[in-house]
Amino acid sequence: VASWVSALFGRTEAALAVAIVITATIFSLASPYFLTAPNLVDLLEAYSVTTILAAGVFVVLVSGGIDVSFTATASATQYLAAYLVTTQILPPVPALALAAALGIMMGAVNALLTHFLRVASIIITIATSSIYYALLIYITDAQEIYNLPDWWSNRLSFFRYETADGDIVKVTLPIVVMVVVLGLTHYLMNHTRIGRQVYALGGNPEGAARIGIGILRVQIFAYGHLGLLAAVAGFIQAGRVHQAVPTALNGQELNVLAVAILGGASLVGGVGSTGGVVLGVLFLAMLQNGLNLLGVSSYFFGVVIGLAILTSVGMTSFAERHARRRRVRRAE
Amino acid sequence: MIVDPAPEIATMQRTVSTALDRIVADLRRGKVGTQGLLIVLAMLVVAFSLRMPSTFPRLTTLQAMMFQLPELGLLSLAMAIPLIAGGINLAVIATANAAGLLMAWILTALMPAETVGGTEVLWLLAALAAGLALCIVVGALTGLMVARLRVHPILVTLGTMTLLHGLSIYFTRGRTLSGFPDLLLHVSNDTVLGVPISFILFVVVAGFVHVLLTRTALGLRIHMMGSNLESTRYSGVDTSRVLVLVYVLSSVLCFLASVVMMARFNSAGADIAGFYLLITILAAILGGIDPYGGFGRIGGLFVALWVLQTVASGFNLMNISPQLALASWGFILLLVMAAKRVAAAWQSRPRG
Repeated sequence: VASWVSALFGRTEAALAVAIVITATIFSLASPYFLTAPNLVDLLEAYSVTTILAAGVFVVLVSGGIDVSFTATASATQYLAAYLVTTQILPPVPALALAAALGIMMGAVNALLTHFLRVASIIITIATSSIYYALLIYITDAQEIYNLPDWWSNRLSFFRYETADGDIVKVTLPIVVMVVVLGLTHYLMNHTRIGRQVYALGGNPEGAARIGIGILRVQIFAYGHLGLLAAVAGFIQAGRVHQAVPTALNGQELNVLAVAILGGASLVGGVGSTGGVVLGVLFLAMLQNGLNLLGVSSYFFGVVIGLAILTSVGMTSFAERHARRRRVRRAE
Repeated sequence: MIVDPAPEIATMQRTVSTALDRIVADLRRGKVGTQGLLIVLAMLVVAFSLRMPSTFPRLTTLQAMMFQLPELGLLSLAMAIPLIAGGINLAVIATANAAGLLMAWILTALMPAETVGGTEVLWLLAALAAGLALCIVVGALTGLMVARLRVHPILVTLGTMTLLHGLSIYFTRGRTLSGFPDLLLHVSNDTVLGVPISFILFVVVAGFVHVLLTRTALGLRIHMMGSNLESTRYSGVDTSRVLVLVYVLSSVLCFLASVVMMARFNSAGADIAGFYLLITILAAILGGIDPYGGFGRIGGLFVALWVLQTVASGFNLMNISPQLALASWGFILLLVMAAKRVAAAWQSRPRG
């Protein structure tokens, strides 16, 4: 049994999957509405922005870095796109492209500073996030942009379906974008050279440098990728709330980090998977939704996330120690 | 009568040039420490004084700064100790707010409205004791988890931060509590010889932490652990015990910060001062504390706090948006990091 347990908990993803199945079973027994298509689709849409951001953060974590400036990037790019579109300086496509380019650039700045100043990325991104946010609020005077065009704020749905009881299930743009982002990130990280180089860099920076991997190039990829996804998330978020706000995602950075870490991405780098990110988001989303359906106060949710993080940290530590003990025993 | 300024200018020039020589010498040795930061501070003070000769170089400005500095100062101290020990405490703000709320709840909901005199003092002491006890428990549990689980404190304290913030939100439903006894408000609003009591508290606490870190066995162990946890363990130090003490100390500093914040804002809430979290790390690193642990002086942090406060107050007097002050804090951190990088490159340059 011990080896079975450690095999199961050795991979955070597997442990999470089990936890998800257990919670889903409990909630669906307790509330018949829980496992219905409309509820699950609403859940997916509500968590689309978090998932897109977590997919970006996960790549930076795998590279051995950390970034807390991506919410500033998301807010800045969202605002730039909204400004360009509402003032009709640029048509939609170039405006979004320009905002995406800004996102990539803001990410690349983090990579360049981390690389050339040789300072921990958490310090660099704390500095850049305060600069980005402060300049954004200063330049925009903290003014919201309300009059987003219809194509942006009307929820585009790709698929519509009415259930027997008259509930409408809509697969909307945020869900589609989220799936595409996850798919592309998965492909990039597992089936391209640069993706594997990110794992190599995070797993062993010295070794990666010795075998001739261009460290700066990989870092620019990881942070630039996060910058781009931050721009995408900012765009989706503005559409969901029908306005662009300079402080749109302020304070969300640690929550997104928690999701990526819950999903198995390691802070020391080299470990993590897109599947883990999905499971992490799914677990938190299900907990929140299930507790809601059971009538637990939504104010209680922070407590639940905190306990989930601490439990997952405890389990990972337990699994690692068990695995180490087993290796020692085998060696003897 | 006109005094010939020449000799004084000559003396000044000599002082400046010796100071410059010393700085260049330090830079050559790859040292950009507290002196570098002191120069930044001096330049800021001179620049603001030249720009606003009638408003900036005034005692009232200094007093205003002394009123504002302690809360960020105490929270930065709470962040600095775990950083020196090779850890981090992301829960500093959440701990301070949770303690503040507990004390506020005792003072507003439990204490009868007409309490005066000696009974009021007793209630206040009881509230303070409860807040302190909560912080000690939080710190001890955090320390135990960090020691037993052997995972990075970022993860543990991310969890405790979320949990404490969640509990604060749950019990208050996101509301703030306000209306405290005047006795408590005196802590922040009274002055002794013009110096705010909260500032005196901060200086005394900072001095205490400095002595603790540099002159005691515990302080030495904290530094050792920050350099190399495993070799500290092998040299016979009970690292678990030291870790627990590190996080208890950090949490007790959060308690002091929460008392100062309660008194200053006359309110307590789950989301007060949330944006300070990253600023405390910024201040500690600007003050020369190594984010990877092992190195750092409280004196450096003290100067760094003055630099940040001078920028904030100067910009405020010039009617420049506080947002730009925040942005320049970020720039100053990057500049100091760049200066250190250049100094290190200069030191390790090929010599022929």
